[in-house]
Amino acid sequence: MIPITLTVNGEKVTRHVEPRRHLIDFLRLDLGLTGSHAGCEHGVCGACTLRVNGKIMRGCLILAASLDGAEVVTIEGLSESGEVADLQAAFVARNAAQCGFCTPGMVMTAAELLAEGGSPTRGEIREYLSGNYCRCTGYQAIVDAVEDTLRSRGATP
Amino acid sequence: MKWPAMGYARAKSLAELWSALEVHGSAAQIIAGGQTLLATLAFRLSEPGTLIDINGITQLRGISTHGQVLRLGALTLHAELCSDPLVKAHAPLLAAAAPLIAHPAIRNRGTLGGSLAYADPAAELPACMVALEATIIAASAKGERRIPAADFFNDLLQTALAPQEIIAAVEIPLTGRLAAIEEITRRSGDYAMAGLAATLALEAGRVVAPRLVYFGVGNIPVLAAAASRALEGRSLDRASITSAQQALAEDLDPPRDLHGPPEMKRHLARVLTERVLLGFLNPKVEAA
Repeated sequence: MIPITLTVNGEKVTRHVEPRRHLIDFLRLDLGLTGSHAGCEHGVCGACTLRVNGKIMRGCLILAASLDGAEVVTIEGLSESGEVADLQAAFVARNAAQCGFCTPGMVMTAAELLAEGGSPTRGEIREYLSGNYCRCTGYQAIVDAVEDTLRSRGATP
Repeated sequence: MKWPAMGYARAKSLAELWSALEVHGSAAQIIAGGQTLLATLAFRLSEPGTLIDINGITQLRGISTHGQVLRLGALTLHAELCSDPLVKAHAPLLAAAAPLIAHPAIRNRGTLGGSLAYADPAAELPACMVALEATIIAASAKGERRIPAADFFNDLLQTALAPQEIIAAVEIPLTGRLAAIEEITRRSGDYAMAGLAATLALEAGRVVAPRLVYFGVGNIPVLAAAASRALEGRSLDRASITSAQQALAEDLDPPRDLHGPPEMKRHLARVLTERVLLGFLNPKVEAA
């Protein structure tokens, strides 16, 4: 077992983890933070997207053991911070979730696009989100929600 | 899709790495970003005894220029290749290639050294290194060794790295030559069905020392000698581009893969040849 001390959503956490534990299982099974979803578990679907040291990553492709000293923000922490309250409201307004399995990862990825502060086109929004799979919506409503949020934050089309 | 049971050790310096490799021997597997390795472990394609984590080794980081080379540490992230000003200025081919790799969340973790050491024949960065005539700086407990990129990729997923040797950095010569990359994928972020990384100089309208390097069409990045010869010394126009496309028949012997038969790959390579070379005639953006 490998000892790690890291910050999760602003709280310091110390645990012993098996090397084979990936970050998503660590969050879901060891810490009870079930907002990050384990989908394909080989880096393809994006349902496990979260922030490590300020940048989005695949939680299923990171060893928990490697995160000693890291700062992790999950969808729970991001929601609580209020950083994406407008994006989440746009997801609701645009009906951008059906089953909701992909939604936490979608919001984490879209949050990074919003944080970059540019004025992406619809095509560029799609490209940015292309690593996050949604099997329900057909993506239109998700791209609509992200686009609405960009515009309301002052990005010009 | 859980990873197998395995050991884990962090190396904080090269000295710690050499001693960890000594201790664990052939059971050791180095992990950097892990964006390929960990996916393959989920499929149980390998079961390493102990992962040696090199992310904390600061000597393997950093992007800098020294004399006539751009030096990129092995732990340079794909995301850094996308945005670093030195890369944009001195190796715009890499700045153009990196956004083609996977997706933002993977580019934030995956490393240059990892991509080269894994040597996937459909990956962008190995082909770019051959096109740019980069030098791979390999390191081991015995010291450093310099390997031209053209001699680095031996066979499918096989490199010139010896056991217990790592990639420490790569050096890209600062030549100011024109460079471009194009690829064809079914979905954004997928490995390419076929791709082309090319560099050349144009002197008084004539092509000088072109290097057309195709990926996704063989076991390693393929430097197309005949197609490159077909361009040498000629003005870049429809006629010379057609000659290069025809010469490709000598250069490429693509295997059938899940995307389709060899003739489809040859067709895609000809299409890419035209796109890349016409791009040099009508640049979308001015060279940096």
